[in-house]
Amino acid sequence: MSSATMRVIEANARMYRQTWRGSIVSSFAVPIFTLLAMGGGLGRLVDAGGQTGLGSYLGFVAPALLAATAMMTAVGESTYPVLAGIKWTKSYHAALATPVAPADLANGLVGFLGIRVLFNLLVYAGLMVLMNAMDLIPALTAVLPAALTGLAFATPVMAWAASLDDDRALASFFRFVVMPLFLFSGTFYPVTQLPEWVQPLVWLSPLFHGIELSRGAAGVAGSPALPWWLHLAVLLALFGVGLVLALRSFTKRLWT
Amino acid sequence: MTEPLVVANNLSKKFGDFQAVDDIDFEIAPGEAFGFLGPNGAGKTSTMKMIASISPVTSGHLRVFGLDPKTHGAAIRARLGVVPQEDNLDTELTVEENLFIYGRYFDLPRQEIRDRIDQLLDFAQLSDRKKSKVDPLSGGMKRRLTIARGLINRPDLVILDEPTTGLDPQARHLLWDRLYRLKREGATLVITTHYMDEAEQLCDRLVIMDKGKIVGAGSPQRLIQEHSTREVVELRFPAGEQDAVVDRLEGIGKRVEPLPDRVLLYADEADDALEEVHRRGLAPEMTLARRSTLEDVFLHLTGRTLVE
Repeated sequence: MSSATMRVIEANARMYRQTWRGSIVSSFAVPIFTLLAMGGGLGRLVDAGGQTGLGSYLGFVAPALLAATAMMTAVGESTYPVLAGIKWTKSYHAALATPVAPADLANGLVGFLGIRVLFNLLVYAGLMVLMNAMDLIPALTAVLPAALTGLAFATPVMAWAASLDDDRALASFFRFVVMPLFLFSGTFYPVTQLPEWVQPLVWLSPLFHGIELSRGAAGVAGSPALPWWLHLAVLLALFGVGLVLALRSFTKRLWT
Repeated sequence: MTEPLVVANNLSKKFGDFQAVDDIDFEIAPGEAFGFLGPNGAGKTSTMKMIASISPVTSGHLRVFGLDPKTHGAAIRARLGVVPQEDNLDTELTVEENLFIYGRYFDLPRQEIRDRIDQLLDFAQLSDRKKSKVDPLSGGMKRRLTIARGLINRPDLVILDEPTTGLDPQARHLLWDRLYRLKREGATLVITTHYMDEAEQLCDRLVIMDKGKIVGAGSPQRLIQEHSTREVVELRFPAGEQDAVVDRLEGIGKRVEPLPDRVLLYADEADDALEEVHRRGLAPEMTLARRSTLEDVFLHLTGRTLVE
């Protein structure tokens, strides 16, 4: 990692230190409410019905929520803030008038985003342990694949966001891409519950792979149709290809 | 002779089919305040961005500190201070944090940045706002902070793009005063502006740009001497009468320049020219005798006024 990339990470960490209070609600309150509603509310109903073969419903949902939260955080941080840096506050232009180059900037943003997602997940996993949704060790092992899920979304979304002229497409993206992924990637039920013809479509969802991997790491049975290494390969490929595209997109947009 | 800090030969910049900068040549020497004067869209900012090594050269030769921006961009930018046209401060952070983070982008040691911040805030007359957020600062304060930020790395060359655009007269004068001080301390300044008074006040030497080309070059005094007369008389006639009287002004002074709302008479002695106007029986509504400015030079070179 170049020294300029490290400095971008440091700068973002310093900015976050000043502004984290504003993001605390979306970072933690929403996931906790989801956990309470799904685990406490829906979970009781499901567990009372029995015969799901899932063990406790809360235990089934918890690792998936880690991956889904990572996706949400990563997508949030790779869209509006990127457009702001390029178009609204133009803070990226300020950074690029220093020895920092567009590629350093993109790498640094991805690096800081990874740290932030990981930090959020660790706090979330800790809360899950406190709420008896997961044991400590499975919670910690599920954090890593969940963080990778976040990064696999961050880089391609960042590449796309850096090419936008305004934020009109972003609202649709959240409504018609992110939300359906959240609902249909097996977060709240095994995808085997879906009609058979739909299931291969679910395999196209990066979140599905992240969830399967996180469940696997936490020792929770998911939808065992695909091997773990395939999930891992999909996430790594998305991250890698996305990073190349993001570097290209940043350079094209900011180096004109 | 000392080596120039910036050398450009046949420098061009294209955006798609649009030729923003068209085959220009210039040199900037250490310690001078060098200006690019021209209307909006003349190619000044594009030229600045190429010097600042944040925009690739389309064709031609450009060296900054003897280095090629294409291969040594980061090394060049490490020695530059850039003050962009629009303030791109981080408005959610404090004055101090904006400077600190910027210093870190230059990889300056943290203690050095802290010391430097106090000096720069003193220079920018913002010491009492050190802990304030940027958002509520006035336009002039934000501008001074952006300039202070551009000086955090003690640059060898400071690039200021339209430094006083959008500021009220008082804020402008305060800013000019700060820039004079920088100049006195030996800084090399590159300034783009579409205000001729700013160019005259601040620049030792300047080039006049229009439609991507350099149409004139020299010190403000020299440009005025070469392309204009010492004095100018401005005549305003009642609405609708100007066209009828322009012919009758022919031969007064060295040149007659009719504009939509007034006629300019270029003469070395304004009083003599005015006397002749009255002798010919013409009665303008209003007359104004003044020194020639760069505005007149621009008008002469391009046939257009600077601020349209």
